[in-house]
Amino acid sequence: MCSLCGVLGGRGHWTESSSSPEAFASRQEEVTRRRERQERIRLANRVLGHYGLKLTDFGGGAYVLSTRTGRSKIVDNITEVWIAAEDLTGRGCDPLDPSLLAGLPAR
Amino acid sequence: MTAYDTLIPINIVTGFLGSGKTTLLARLLKSPALRDTAVLVNEFGEVGLDHHLIEHAEESVLLMDSGCLCCAIRGDLQGALKSLFSQRERGEIPAFRRVAIETSGLADPTPIAYTILAEPVLQHHFRLGNVVTVVDAVNGAAQLERHPESVKQAAIADRLVLTKTAMADDAGAAVRAAVRKINAAAPVLDLDAEPLDPDALLTGDLYSADGKRREIAGWLDGFAGAAGEDGDGHDHSHGVGSFCLWFDGPMDWTAFGLWMSMLLNHHGERVLRVKGMLNVAGVADPVLINGVQHIVHPPTHMTGWPDGDHRSRIVFIVQGMDRAEIEGSLAAFNRMAAHPPAILGPAGAGRAAPADRRPPHPFHSNAGLRFSR
Repeated sequence: MCSLCGVLGGRGHWTESSSSPEAFASRQEEVTRRRERQERIRLANRVLGHYGLKLTDFGGGAYVLSTRTGRSKIVDNITEVWIAAEDLTGRGCDPLDPSLLAGLPAR
Repeated sequence: MTAYDTLIPINIVTGFLGSGKTTLLARLLKSPALRDTAVLVNEFGEVGLDHHLIEHAEESVLLMDSGCLCCAIRGDLQGALKSLFSQRERGEIPAFRRVAIETSGLADPTPIAYTILAEPVLQHHFRLGNVVTVVDAVNGAAQLERHPESVKQAAIADRLVLTKTAMADDAGAAVRAAVRKINAAAPVLDLDAEPLDPDALLTGDLYSADGKRREIAGWLDGFAGAAGEDGDGHDHSHGVGSFCLWFDGPMDWTAFGLWMSMLLNHHGERVLRVKGMLNVAGVADPVLINGVQHIVHPPTHMTGWPDGDHRSRIVFIVQGMDRAEIEGSLAAFNRMAAHPPAILGPAGAGRAAPADRRPPHPFHSNAGLRFSR
């Protein structure tokens, strides 16, 4: 439990390989939690740019999702990013949307 | 953090009214392997359960602020499970090692799964075990046609149990075909014709030390069984169907997580089940994913690939969703990732792709995953 806010800690989000070390034990190269977060933020911003949003790290434990006008929300994990994105923009964030997919840059 | 495989498993036994859930549970509980099982029932039916650990839960649902019905905490269940655990810790009841929940016939099992996996206290003590769905071979086809609840119960099952096949005109062939069409990934047991094996139904699952290998073998059968399906619903299924995506080349885990979480957030009510064995870039062993609507179990792994076919494969059980759209979307997300596919194998779900022995393609581009059916 967080001693400041009294919130019970969860198990960690399923997308974070650090929360399931057993599943990724045969990784051939070490991937730190920080590096994975940076990569997640980089990729998420490619998607979120379609909605005029930007994601940044918040202390290594949370994220800040912001609109171009400065409205923002603090979220804990990537699922909450999508929920907050729909709240902030007032529109659905659909990964099957052809206009989103057409604009996704390849690496 | 408690290791997931040390948590107390909770099995959900569901099925339509009169399908034989209580009869199945009563038979299972006679097995010595299930002696230390606590049972929660939603309603008391005509068949009595003679078991020393039975609690009764009234149905009440607490909707989350942003949630649909499947992302609801079942208040009654939350209280009942906490009470059971508390009594267990105080030594007031035997130290049960498993919980079985028998749902009411009209229940949607998804909020029960969500409660177990997402409730902040429960998730530290319990995990979701196999969901067992009982289908009556005499009335099952009609129930699937008339009642969307029964379709959903079949769709999210890890095990499908057919009852009363001896009384059915066609020995259950029609209902078997109907449930296979809805859920091609779950093994089907005929209770009248096959011996009842508690390991196969309840105790053997992806997170049990003893049952993992057999469970994975069942998954491989499920991937193969769903390979020829297209996900389109049919007469009985209210648009629910399954299909399997196969794809060559390693998958970027971060891009996959972004994509899957976005898909489940937006379409989770229609993505009823997801089971996948992924070839993750930079990870030697296959990573297994397992989801029920918006909820995803922590990923796990198997030690080594079962054979030379290292393609990733994911079974989707969906309602009214297009296979090609899902394929195209995942490919687009993977194209922007740090790990373009290093090796392209041959297409065709029936052909093995010995990816580990093939040299990198000299002209491979960053065109993303290549799917094969």
